[in-house]
Amino acid sequence: MSIGFGYVPPEQIIKDKADYARKGIARGRPMVVLEYDGGILFVTDNPSTHLHKVAELYDRIAFAAVGRFSEFENLRVAGITLADIRGYQYGREDVTSRSIANAYSQELGRIFMEGPKPYEVELCVAEVGSGSTPNALYHIGFEGTVTDHKRHLAMGGQADDLNAELQRNYTDGIGLDQALRLAVSALSKATQSGDGGPAAGRLEVAVLERDRPRRAFRRLTSDDLNARLRSDDSAGDSHEAGEGPV
Amino acid sequence: MSDAVRGLARYSPSFVDALREHAPELLQQPGVTLGGQQVPEVPHGTTVAAICYADGVVVGGDRRSTEGYAIAQRDVEKVFPADDFSAVAIAGAAGPAIEMVRLFQTELEHYEKVEGLPLSLEGKANKLGQMVRGNLGMAMQGLVVVPLFCGYDQRRLTGRIFRYDVTGGRWEDADYHANGSGGKDARATIKKRYRHGMDRESAADILVEGLYDAAEEDAATGGPDLIRGIFPVVATVTAEGYRRLPDEDVRKAAERVVAARARGEG
Repeated sequence: MSIGFGYVPPEQIIKDKADYARKGIARGRPMVVLEYDGGILFVTDNPSTHLHKVAELYDRIAFAAVGRFSEFENLRVAGITLADIRGYQYGREDVTSRSIANAYSQELGRIFMEGPKPYEVELCVAEVGSGSTPNALYHIGFEGTVTDHKRHLAMGGQADDLNAELQRNYTDGIGLDQALRLAVSALSKATQSGDGGPAAGRLEVAVLERDRPRRAFRRLTSDDLNARLRSDDSAGDSHEAGEGPV
Repeated sequence: MSDAVRGLARYSPSFVDALREHAPELLQQPGVTLGGQQVPEVPHGTTVAAICYADGVVVGGDRRSTEGYAIAQRDVEKVFPADDFSAVAIAGAAGPAIEMVRLFQTELEHYEKVEGLPLSLEGKANKLGQMVRGNLGMAMQGLVVVPLFCGYDQRRLTGRIFRYDVTGGRWEDADYHANGSGGKDARATIKKRYRHGMDRESAADILVEGLYDAAEEDAATGGPDLIRGIFPVVATVTAEGYRRLPDEDVRKAAERVVAARARGEG
């Protein structure tokens, strides 16, 4: 062998880092983001009521994350700071989800390439349009790849299963209750093999509402959520029949 | 500071701290003054007032700004929502005052987003005091900014009013306050009419009357302009949040004052 014993080819380093990050993320609970007729819905299984995985970034922009809390919390605060500085320096309408998603992409890419360990996080930056302007959903991977999505996206453990499930059952123009049901059923199916799916009390749910005048972000309280999921039970039969066997 | 404190202090929820670290050029430097030069005439806001009433607090300001003896603008706004449950009314040099309000609004929103909870009303009042103190150098040159801060305290379930002096001194008024060039005149009227636990309409009426008297006595304060339809900005802050009263309501209040004066009252 002409190459020294300690040599590791760059491909191997990248692959090891990616495997490490993927493993960390797969251990975390997944997150579903859905467009509905009045905005964007975020649903995730989160046993904590105080440590949030979804949060407001700016007027019409929200942040959602899965993975290691300390890492994405750091990124969340950095995103708020970036947005607030830009809005203060220029104007409120000059803060866009695209520029924030790009900044996250650059930062995660830099950490992945230069840092001793990649961040074990996946992010979503979502912006609800106003009037007839469309929504924007950006997904940013642990290595900084940014992709934009329409209708829905899932991230975290079992993301592939969730995406397939959403793909099968999502219909354009669904209402909030229907989107909520779809998200909850997808999450419970995906996590079935694990701990039996999320209970209503453990769901973290938030929305960006299109019709709100300025700050569009709102958390759904557990009362609100229970009421909506109860109406799900009573409408359960027709809902299941409409969807057919899955 | 120990390393641990320095490390933790980096996680400040303050927007001003974030600006200081990432974009210090956007902050007014505390030490910067005009080097003893005469400050050119710049627009000044004049009279603002706030009154506690049964459901919270009502706050308002006249619409005139002046540059020396000239009227700079006749429909300027001096009352702003600081966040959902508080308001700032500004008197003094309008340029730095409005910039201070913008920074204060961003500060409150930034804190709320980072921490997931809004600051207490007390905390907001203290923060504004620090910002007024930061302006002391400019104030010594004549660019005085003295805000009137008020809001609904969601812990004590009551409206509260805070006023400031140029050094950042923060004083709470239990019932009402007015400041700016016509503040003394407005206070005189409000003092005579004020009743503890008034309803909103009475509180708004005496606020408008106070501003009317300030306009009569002080050249820099504008009265209601019935011809152009320009009336004081009046807003309430209650458990339901900040709400600006419709111009139509303020017009009626102004017309009641004018009618009473026409009858020879007051």
